[in-house]
Amino acid sequence: MNKEIVCIVCPRGCNLIIDEKMEVTGNACPRGKAYAISELTHPVRMITSSVRVTNRLETLASVKTSDSIPKDKIMEVMDIINSLSVEAPTHINQIVKKNVLGLGVDILITKKID
Amino acid sequence: MKIVDLVIIGGGSAGMAAAIQAKKEGVDNLLILEKNDTLGGILNQCIHNGFGLTEFKEELTGPEYLQRFVDQVHELDIPYKLSSAVINITRDKVVSYSNPVDGSVSVQAKAIVLATGCYERNAGAIQLPGDRCSGIITAGTAQKYLNIHGYLVGKRVVILGSGDIGLIMARRLTLEGAKVVCVAEIMPYSNGLNRNIAQCLNDYNIPLYLSTSVSRVIGKGRLQKVILSNVDDNFKFIPGTEMEIPCDTLILSVGLVPYVSLLENIGVPMSSTKGALVNEHMETMIPGIFTCGNCLHVHDVVDFVTDEGRLAGHGAALYLQNLLLGVREINVYPNSGVSYVVPQKVNLDNQEDVTFKFRVQKPVKDVFVLFESNNVIISKVFKSALIPSEMIMIKLNRDKLANVTGDITVHLEGR
Repeated sequence: MNKEIVCIVCPRGCNLIIDEKMEVTGNACPRGKAYAISELTHPVRMITSSVRVTNRLETLASVKTSDSIPKDKIMEVMDIINSLSVEAPTHINQIVKKNVLGLGVDILITKKID
Repeated sequence: MKIVDLVIIGGGSAGMAAAIQAKKEGVDNLLILEKNDTLGGILNQCIHNGFGLTEFKEELTGPEYLQRFVDQVHELDIPYKLSSAVINITRDKVVSYSNPVDGSVSVQAKAIVLATGCYERNAGAIQLPGDRCSGIITAGTAQKYLNIHGYLVGKRVVILGSGDIGLIMARRLTLEGAKVVCVAEIMPYSNGLNRNIAQCLNDYNIPLYLSTSVSRVIGKGRLQKVILSNVDDNFKFIPGTEMEIPCDTLILSVGLVPYVSLLENIGVPMSSTKGALVNEHMETMIPGIFTCGNCLHVHDVVDFVTDEGRLAGHGAALYLQNLLLGVREINVYPNSGVSYVVPQKVNLDNQEDVTFKFRVQKPVKDVFVLFESNNVIISKVFKSALIPSEMIMIKLNRDKLANVTGDITVHLEGR
């Protein structure tokens, strides 16, 4: 049976169709094909959130995962992110947590705070 | 009064891009006025990723995207004032603003770029029926509470409206521990990008109810429940379809409106986008006053806001050098299937290519987009699928525009 999914790689949102032989159609770019195969074999997502900044009043620093993580680990990673905090100043791509849950992915700061 | 060649009102994505472009084209005496205490505008609270694919060919979060432009503003030594709210502008381009340091100040500008963004429609704007209780909040405000200040606005949430901010908030609230019960959308289709429905709703098993809206909010003090009802083709509630949903928070993602009161006050002609009427340089009908970004028409992708900001900055630079002299101005009208087109005026003496931006009225498949002038087809482009939530851009190069003899209409035609 063919599977139909919406590509989330870019705002275009192509309708991807994947047949039994894992042939992908409907994609407008090669990234769509890669996404379709990944989605059916081991679905992954980027996660963005924020962590506390301890030495600033009412300030959060936004964070992201350095790469996509398995979809079924999202909530576990969120628990870790919620336990983290940093001190300002911060810079973009500063590592707040290395190799979270042993997934080979770091938690990085995405906001510059002076 | 201090004279400033170019005042840019708003230091978000559009304003920074306009300033950077103008500065690069030789406008040295310029000033950005930003109402908040930081540059970057709404992107400061958009901590999710997906920005920059067109601009930088990589996927960035909002704060990362804006920082690249803040860095350029600093590198180019572009002056800006924060916490500076513009109170008034005049047709003669006197800009009055106030901030905690300078007090109330007026400067004489030679050109102005208005890049003030948009605001959210709220409970009053959609005449939300029922009690006036707490726990009803717009999606952007909820996003600011959560992403800037770290407060979760509720534990059990219903979202009304399936625009992108509503969808993105559904995911954010879920990740931060709230239960998002459902998203209701009055239209028979979602107004959000397909990928946001996939990655924000489907990923977290959040149901999306189409042709459905809130027929009553119920709560004494705090919201206790909402009643959802299906609507018919005329958006009237259908009796007997009521669904009672206990919740403590209702998030409204029911549309954005360009913020243009500064322009309205001086009688600048407006268009159907609820932003100003502009020509291909993003110049309003008052020469020397330019506008761009979400205060011109609401965009869905920030990369295109940046691009439009550059266009306005370029226009302002030309204006200041007295290079905007053309007189052969024609109108551009939307026609069947097209809800609006920007720009609405084109100066045929302009020696540049023009990119037209427009939206369709409803989802359509397999259509041609036609640009016509005096029954002559100037451009015919095939599109396999168009949806209202996606802004479409079609560029006409100057050779094609050279054949134009009168007003242009943009319309759709079936295959």
